[in-house]
Amino acid sequence: MAATAALKPPLAELDVEAPIRAFAIATIFWGIVGFLVGVVIATQLAFPLLNLDLEWTTFGRLRPLHTSAVIFAFGGNALLCTSLYVVQRTCRARLFGGEEMGWFLFWGYNFFIVAAALGYVLGVTQGKEYAEPEWYVDLWLTVVWVAYLVAFGGTLVKRQEPHIYVANWFFLAFIITVAMLHIVNNLALPVGGGIGKSYGLASGVQDAMIQWWYGHNAVGFFLTAGFLGMMYYFIPKQADRPVYSYRLSIVHFWALIFLYIWAGPHHLHYTALPDWAQTLGMVFSIMLWMPSWGGMINGLMTLSGAWDKLRTDAGLRFSVTAVGFYAMSTFEGPVMSIRAVNSLSHYTDWTIGHVHSGALGWNGFITFGALYWLVPVLWKKQALYSQKLASWHFWIATLGIVLYITAMWVSGIMQGLMWRAYDELGFLQYSFVETVAAMHPYYVIRMLGGLLYLSGALIMAYNLYKTVTAVEDRAPAAIPLGALPVAAE
Amino acid sequence: MALKPETDAVSGVATTGHEWDGIKELDNPMPAWWVYTFYACIAFAAVWVVFYPSLPFVRGTLGYTGRSDLSRVMEAERARTEPMLARIRAATPAAIAADPELRGFALAGGRVAFANNCAGCHGAGGQGAVGGFPSLADDDWIYGGSFDAIQQTITVGVRNGEHPDARGVAMPAFAQAGLTPAQIGTLADHVLSLSGAGPASAPGAALYAENCVACHGDRGEGNRELGAPRLNDQVWLYGGDRAAIGRTIANARAGVMPAWGSRLDPATINMLTVYVHALGGGEQ
Repeated sequence: MAATAALKPPLAELDVEAPIRAFAIATIFWGIVGFLVGVVIATQLAFPLLNLDLEWTTFGRLRPLHTSAVIFAFGGNALLCTSLYVVQRTCRARLFGGEEMGWFLFWGYNFFIVAAALGYVLGVTQGKEYAEPEWYVDLWLTVVWVAYLVAFGGTLVKRQEPHIYVANWFFLAFIITVAMLHIVNNLALPVGGGIGKSYGLASGVQDAMIQWWYGHNAVGFFLTAGFLGMMYYFIPKQADRPVYSYRLSIVHFWALIFLYIWAGPHHLHYTALPDWAQTLGMVFSIMLWMPSWGGMINGLMTLSGAWDKLRTDAGLRFSVTAVGFYAMSTFEGPVMSIRAVNSLSHYTDWTIGHVHSGALGWNGFITFGALYWLVPVLWKKQALYSQKLASWHFWIATLGIVLYITAMWVSGIMQGLMWRAYDELGFLQYSFVETVAAMHPYYVIRMLGGLLYLSGALIMAYNLYKTVTAVEDRAPAAIPLGALPVAAE
Repeated sequence: MALKPETDAVSGVATTGHEWDGIKELDNPMPAWWVYTFYACIAFAAVWVVFYPSLPFVRGTLGYTGRSDLSRVMEAERARTEPMLARIRAATPAAIAADPELRGFALAGGRVAFANNCAGCHGAGGQGAVGGFPSLADDDWIYGGSFDAIQQTITVGVRNGEHPDARGVAMPAFAQAGLTPAQIGTLADHVLSLSGAGPASAPGAALYAENCVACHGDRGEGNRELGAPRLNDQVWLYGGDRAAIGRTIANARAGVMPAWGSRLDPATINMLTVYVHALGGGEQ
């Protein structure tokens, strides 16, 4: 270790880090905004009166605000934050484009978020799920994204290491694929005098197919590949152990990248999409199971020899639990892609439960784990302000997720069964409104789950704020005196 | 740069010799269970692709298509219910209601059809709502509560512009037809007096005779042929206070209902007729 440390100059001399600190703050800020809007719309579903009869506050406009805030604002800032940090550290190279590039990416990306959010609330949308922003916002994001690719790729090119670390493979795959998805799915012709209207180039079932090719791979490359990159750096760092298997990382990376892109049609089972495309989407989803789990194995097995750290490091507990939720939802996904299962699950709350076990459990927790490790490093503090508060955050958020996803499983399967129930005379057993009324208690439970998750994030924000504002060189508080030998450095 | 593999002290496994920012990699093999499960998934996919349509213009060996699968399910379901539906279709609603077996079937089918098509406006139990959604559970019928009248209303709808025989005539908006606000107030008082909710007046009676009698009748008893509601009871479609009645006179109302004859099949309309008739106010 001593020889390695000598090779690597201290952080501040080498890396662009001020914009990365800004990305970390934006991640926390947008996370809380996104979770809050999520709680609001969950409450609206349970109590529709809270739509307030105002066009700007109806579920239809706030829902894309929630999804974009958590995926693109919270998740996007987290990915930019960690990828720009990791690529510099693991390449031993300063960010291509330097400090200016970092700031351009920060302000450019966050301007995209604000422009998109304003559009949603004011009713400017192209009506494509997860791709709601209109053409003028899409164009701006394209500029920012190309700059991101140049910055990331440029740093890789001028690296001082002989090989490219696995985290960077995943980050690069994420950046390139998202660029391709974004451009193809948003090909549109602006119409009318204003800026708020356009028509997509494709129409009908082709448009639907492109939309879900995009939508599914937004999950695959934004929320899976990108966050796997995060996992591959922070779990070895937190556990202070080598990555479990290099071979596994190569095979599961290429298998994941190749297979994921085909799986989109499983979003369109039992629709006008031709049967052959539906079958293809289903079998590729099933083949995707093990490549996804390769990441889980490498994440969990990296802890062998360091499992005891889970007791003392709440941040590591977040990262490891995230891998658990990742494993669960990447098994649930292939199951739900089977057409027969999908005929029950499609259009029900089961889907909502599935995406939230992924979003809250995997994306949220891996980000929290990274932040608990990264914030003290970025602000040059010796340790987190309070392991105890982080531990509280962990248990409150975990309870919130459990409430959320169990409520949605029950309500989703119930909903699916009620829709298809026939009585002995051959008539539908339930009307649609009866199914809505039956879901009310589960909507209330889901709202409570979301509220817990939001509370946990507020605790984290306080904890990280206290960490950042603590005086320099504070002695680590969580480690009792005498428990560790005095560090040699 | 040459790799420098070393042995990890904890696991005893060799590293690959790479190192990035202090992170090394172990040279563990891929877990066998992982590899074989992956192979099994690929094998499953290969078999599935042979059995089911998976390429453009190529059918799977099972000959499955989503469309034929749906037709098969629908066909089986139709075969199960068709004998009863045929009898329902052939009978009049009155005859259905008189036959216990048919009546039970029609009430079950009518309940579902009502919940999915009618309850949005008329309420889950047909109780209606203020704002122009008549209650179907009482005996205050605008177009009649006999089997035939209910069936006709469901079939043609009300003021919908889509069926030539749609029910309902348009009431004039009297504010545009020349009545002053004062006259409308006097008239509203007179309408209230018809149900004993206030004193009658001579000017009011004169205005009523001139403008309203033709449709709503001498004593406000209404006219089912024209769909003019009764005014001498306590049932109000758009509210029964003086201000609401004044607004109705001034601006007129024109509630609409779709013509279900073009949306639902005759058997369903018969079942709905029997169901609505049984909600509480059916007339012979």
